[in-house]
Amino acid sequence: MSKVIADLLYSAEHEWVAGNGGGPVAIGITAVATDALGDIVYVDLPEVGDTVTAGETCGEVESTKSVSDLYAPVTGEVVETNADVVDSPELINSDPYGNGWLFKVAVTEEGPLMSAEEYAAANGGEL
Amino acid sequence: MTENYTALYEQHKKAGASFTDFGGWQMPLKYSSELSEHHSVRKAAGLFDLSHMGEVWVTGPDAAAFLDYALAGKLSAVAVGKAKYSLICQPDGGIIDDLITYRLPAAADGTAKYLVVPNAGNAPVVAAELTERAANFNVTVDDVSAETSLIAVQGPNAETILLTLVPADQHSLVTELKYYAAVEVGITVNGAVKQLLLARTGYTGEDGFEIYVPNVDAPELWEALLEAGEGHGLIPAGLASRDSLRLEAGMPLYGNELSREGNPYAAGLGPVVSLAKESDFVGKTALAELKADGAGSTTGRKLVGLKGLGRRAGRSHYPVLKDGNVVGEVTSGQPSPTLGYPIALAYVDVELSEPGTALDIDLRGKAEPFEVVSLPFYKRSK
Repeated sequence: MSKVIADLLYSAEHEWVAGNGGGPVAIGITAVATDALGDIVYVDLPEVGDTVTAGETCGEVESTKSVSDLYAPVTGEVVETNADVVDSPELINSDPYGNGWLFKVAVTEEGPLMSAEEYAAANGGEL
Repeated sequence: MTENYTALYEQHKKAGASFTDFGGWQMPLKYSSELSEHHSVRKAAGLFDLSHMGEVWVTGPDAAAFLDYALAGKLSAVAVGKAKYSLICQPDGGIIDDLITYRLPAAADGTAKYLVVPNAGNAPVVAAELTERAANFNVTVDDVSAETSLIAVQGPNAETILLTLVPADQHSLVTELKYYAAVEVGITVNGAVKQLLLARTGYTGEDGFEIYVPNVDAPELWEALLEAGEGHGLIPAGLASRDSLRLEAGMPLYGNELSREGNPYAAGLGPVVSLAKESDFVGKTALAELKADGAGSTTGRKLVGLKGLGRRAGRSHYPVLKDGNVVGEVTSGQPSPTLGYPIALAYVDVELSEPGTALDIDLRGKAEPFEVVSLPFYKRSK
């Protein structure tokens, strides 16, 4: 699988954002991040109803080797979280852009986001 | 600082390894998933490149007496063909490194031969320290770390895999080799039988072997072992799994649990120090005082195992708390892949070191409950 997928937007902190025609956006972490983290064993997500702020921490991702902050790539209200990844954090490794999504936000303001090309270039890779 | 590469670097690259710096060496951290590498070693077998470890030969008429002086253990008492875990200490008792020392068959003229194996980052320091301490002894200290590779096969299938490369008439040398023993044995690499030093040692808590091999033969031996392991569940395993395996087995890592600032008694390694040996050794006076003062038993801090009651793991340098007060510090910690709960090694005040004691680890501002447990966390069933 490619480490970076076209049609998504990316933050410098390795989150991806999937637009949805003006509806809530899905957010996850990229394969670049999961590769660097190693096997993820625990994830702490914001709760439904929380307001997250672009560029600020909103949770934690813990792998066998380390703990990393989860940064919100956009500002808005959390409308849904993925209970499957809380129970089975390995989904984030196996399918970071699919079943490993983390939460959905009704966006009031976008953070600084990159295109797939820009994100791939920033991480020394290609699409 | 120069970066060191092992003779197996191309093999690791080909296998898709991600690399990490360890003791100045570019080493494979993992090939695919460190969790699956960990489980493979527990259930089948894993292949490790440990060529970053040092190898220092100590030979000569005074070799045994010299090691008794230079190291904390009584190496003169080690039988030929056996190995001993030991420490090299500073005059003040601080730990320079932990080592495995093998006593090998004497040379034809009866001269004793030992192989001292220090940790990667410490190898130059240990070799220099040994050379300096050898001034008044008739011994030769020869650091062959740069020319020597070390490959480990670890896991319940290790013996079966290794035997496929050993000529049938030498199988008993392998099958009868005891834990912490070593023997020279023929290993078939690309049709040619090489005589290599084979040790039944490891850092995983499983049965397994470590093979010392000249750099020039290392890539072919690595490939031969991988091929021999096909059908026996052998996969290459990186340092990430090596760390989680040794932590489950309750084994200390130099730089985490052991340091020049610490001492053997606090680290639970009192039995490794032979105060009873007749000869003087470097650190003896200081270590005798530490022991008399009750270091690690009635005073100071002591290394303990902690079991997490929640899901979050403590990490190196996180504070350990009792009723909100700092009473210790984590040295290593992570979720245990085999046991399914977080485990940690930590130095805690001795009065709080009894198994069953409830403590907390400060997880980035949040107190998470842990309990002191006896070590090791994991012990294989024989």
